[in-house]
Amino acid sequence: MDDLVNKRINEVLKGNQDAFEEIVTLFQHRLYQVCYRMLSNAQEAEDIAQEAFVRAYINIHTFDQKRKFSTWLFRIATNLCIDRIRKKKPDYYLDAEVPGTEGLNMYSQIADAGELPEEEVERMEVQERIQYEIGRLPDKYRSVIILRYIEELPLQEIGDILELPLGTVKTRVHRGREALRKQMGSL
Amino acid sequence: MNTCPEQIIHYMHAYLDGDISLEEERELKKHLDSCGQCKEIMNGLTEAITFIGSAAPVTAPPSLVEGVMARLPKEKSQAGIQRWLRRHPLLSAAAMFLILMSATFFSSYGNDQQFSVSKQPNLVVEGQTVLVPAGETVEGDIVVKNGILRIEGEVNGDVTVIHGEKYMASTAIVTGKTEEIDEVFDWIWYKMKSTAKNIFSSPKKEDE
Repeated sequence: MDDLVNKRINEVLKGNQDAFEEIVTLFQHRLYQVCYRMLSNAQEAEDIAQEAFVRAYINIHTFDQKRKFSTWLFRIATNLCIDRIRKKKPDYYLDAEVPGTEGLNMYSQIADAGELPEEEVERMEVQERIQYEIGRLPDKYRSVIILRYIEELPLQEIGDILELPLGTVKTRVHRGREALRKQMGSL
Repeated sequence: MNTCPEQIIHYMHAYLDGDISLEEERELKKHLDSCGQCKEIMNGLTEAITFIGSAAPVTAPPSLVEGVMARLPKEKSQAGIQRWLRRHPLLSAAAMFLILMSATFFSSYGNDQQFSVSKQPNLVVEGQTVLVPAGETVEGDIVVKNGILRIEGEVNGDVTVIHGEKYMASTAIVTGKTEEIDEVFDWIWYKMKSTAKNIFSSPKKEDE
């Protein structure tokens, strides 16, 4: 498959835009899946996946064909996802008092945005619950857990995608597993 | 909460990552058999990753590919032309032929704006007017471009007027064909005819 991909890349480099469509078709599901798992939102996932492909197209001349194309593509997508997650995060202080209220701080305002009451979690279907648990992970651990247990990539490749040393990837996988175990309690 | 040696937790993760030595694995198993708390942690970790791993594959919406292609920067028109040429070699050759041919025709059509006349000894030229005097006989074909031809005498051949006017007196006699050319297509037709005529008549000239 790498040979075919490199062949298409060379055609794109020569200015043939149609060859890129084939590349998009080949990788669309894997790339969308990573984005969807990262963002927990179909609309945003499609937007970011498309943006990742567009950036790949624009920067295709910087891709080293001796390396794996999927690694390069996933790197672009995970970076875009992390940027998007950070932009969505509120940058106000959570323990600041909400104006016009007595003793009410931001924690009480967003309490149910990230964490749902237990009864509701228990009513979830399996697939919904999986996404809910992934979404609760801090984004540092979320990306490695998705790449490791949904994409089933080797640790070294995850390191290449996230541009992290192998040791750091291992630590994050360990902490991610630990966080999952703790947040899920007993199933 | 946990009084067990710290490396046991480390072994659990090493085991889950698949990079544990045989000896470490034995040590881990031995400990888990004897320690309910660690066994619970190990089960919790295994269950958590099994649960995440059971996620159903997600497929991209059908609009994704189309959306990407629409968002790509416009390719250089040069590339588009090149691709078209590659795909249609025969049409390309025909188109190229037509372009070059029409260029030749039109450039000669446009450039021939000045007055010219074929040379015959007894033709009288006054400004842009060419006169075949009364009582004279002009031998051979007459071609007048961008001028006026007035025939009062006799022409022993064809008469062609391109972009001009032709007046014939009652005394005029033309033994060959007379032709007036004004439009581009007439002009092209004339060019083609004369080219063909030259091709077919040239061997005759060689014979002479």
